[in-house]
Amino acid sequence: MLLEIKDLRVRYSTERGIVKAIDGLYFRMEKGETVGLIGESGSGKSSLGFSILRLLPPNGKIISGEIIFKGKDLLKLSEKEMLKIRGKSISMVFQDPMTSLNPLMKIGDHLIETILIHEKMSKEEAKEKAISLLEKVGIPPDRFNYYPHQFSGGMRQRIMIALALALDPDLVIADEPVTALDVITQAKIIDLLKDLKRQYNMGLIFITHDISVVAEIADKIALMYAGNIVEFADAASIFEEPLHPYTKMLLEAIPNIELEEQKLKYIPGTPPDLVSPPSGCRFHPRCPYAKEICKKEEPKLKNLNGRMIKCHRY
Amino acid sequence: MKNSIAELIAKKVKGKPEAYIAIVGAFIIIFIILLAIFAPFIAPYDPIKSVGKPLTPPNDEFIFGTDSLGRDFFSRVVYGARIPMIVALLSGTFSLLIGAPLGLLSGYIGGKTDRVLSLLMDSIYAFPGLILAIAIAAVLGPGIMNMALAITVVYIPTYFRMVRGQTLSIRESLFVVAARAIGARDMTIMWNYILPNVIPTIAVVFSLNVADAILTEAGLSFFGLGVAAPTPDWGFDLRSGRVYLPAGYWWLVTFPGIMVIIATIGFSLLGEGLSEILNPKLKEE
Repeated sequence: MLLEIKDLRVRYSTERGIVKAIDGLYFRMEKGETVGLIGESGSGKSSLGFSILRLLPPNGKIISGEIIFKGKDLLKLSEKEMLKIRGKSISMVFQDPMTSLNPLMKIGDHLIETILIHEKMSKEEAKEKAISLLEKVGIPPDRFNYYPHQFSGGMRQRIMIALALALDPDLVIADEPVTALDVITQAKIIDLLKDLKRQYNMGLIFITHDISVVAEIADKIALMYAGNIVEFADAASIFEEPLHPYTKMLLEAIPNIELEEQKLKYIPGTPPDLVSPPSGCRFHPRCPYAKEICKKEEPKLKNLNGRMIKCHRY
Repeated sequence: MKNSIAELIAKKVKGKPEAYIAIVGAFIIIFIILLAIFAPFIAPYDPIKSVGKPLTPPNDEFIFGTDSLGRDFFSRVVYGARIPMIVALLSGTFSLLIGAPLGLLSGYIGGKTDRVLSLLMDSIYAFPGLILAIAIAAVLGPGIMNMALAITVVYIPTYFRMVRGQTLSIRESLFVVAARAIGARDMTIMWNYILPNVIPTIAVVFSLNVADAILTEAGLSFFGLGVAAPTPDWGFDLRSGRVYLPAGYWWLVTFPGIMVIIATIGFSLLGEGLSEILNPKLKEE
């Protein structure tokens, strides 16, 4: 077991009230596994990523739960111990590669700094390592002394990936790593991540709102809706036989060029306001199968032959 | 070598008319600094010795005339650049070295530290600068160092407020979050990630503050809180010359006054020009 999250609850205090961003979430992944974490904006998927690193914004707070990483509860560690985990054992790739690098720092120095924070070696050794990392992500080493603004978005994302992999972490959290990129660059970055995963054998949490993006990289898929994981299963079984109504509707909403039908399908309604979420199952106002019980009682997370599902229908 | 510097400047200036402002300012500053450094070679007479008839109007021998003690006024104006420049640059540097780190710390740490420091700085800032400087200088007594200290206190809040404000916004930027995600310590983040991004602002504030400090220094000297006679100093000479103005001895206030204005304009132009050049939106090549 690489990572296990139990009953995680995250709250944000805002002017409108307290946002229940994550509410009693369970999650687990094995070493070397890739989990695609999918959800609409505001479903709490990024909050989950930041919670694991304990880097929530100042108004965000983890009020209960356990995040057990390699047998240790991260929520019980001191800030000092957390510094040793960030970047070394768990690292993160962010959505916007244009702003996630310090504009006044050469990319080589970015890499050297990351390495030297965690490892005792000379600057020359760190530089050698940095160059080999750049080669691995497909950046020519002669661009070592370039500034971030001299690279394109896709190249910057490659640099971010090199930074994330610099210390051979056990877990990489990629928060919408390809959302800001064009489709061709997306495909290249995903290929790169797949390739590096094979080399490094790290766990990867791939956060995205686009289910088609994770199809080719994820071993497992977790669907988040309104602060909770509603379905969690092997990628193949999710695509072949989605169980949760939300998953079904989400998959049906992917346009298919082979079908003649032109009309785009969508899920009626909007994601709920998490300041005052719906009673019972949070999906019931948009669910075509909703029954009386769905309004009253929150469904429990059930294990259905190894598939986790949170719905009254099963 | 000379050519390449000229080329570099030309390249920087190209398509940016604001850059000329900074260059003009820089030239004025260099001119005054050279004046102060090489005063013994430029001034034709000893500034504290009586060399002619008192209150001679400007003529071929004494181009700025002489003062009430018969001293060559041109020599006094040249030597007079020394004290304002020393005091203004010293106080600008001191207030930078105190105000900028405090602003960085306050903005980064936030919470109670930030509130206490901000309150303190705002209360200093609320005073009119010259009056505060006069009060402090009056307590400390006259002298170059005391003047510099009095002016330092006045300008600390300017750096503090600018740097704190920038730190607050940079602290929230993604690259700082990314730095935290690689396990960077607070010191590293402040030093390597926030400070370099604040330096352009600091440079602009420094230049504008020095401009203001020259005026404040002249003000302090004018009120007799600066250097003692017979040291040449623009503010002090303005004070001595003031009593002769009604009698028609115009040159005694005009020349030091013009010098104060030129020096102030020099630093102001440099500051304004820098703030245009260093605007990050224009920085992408």
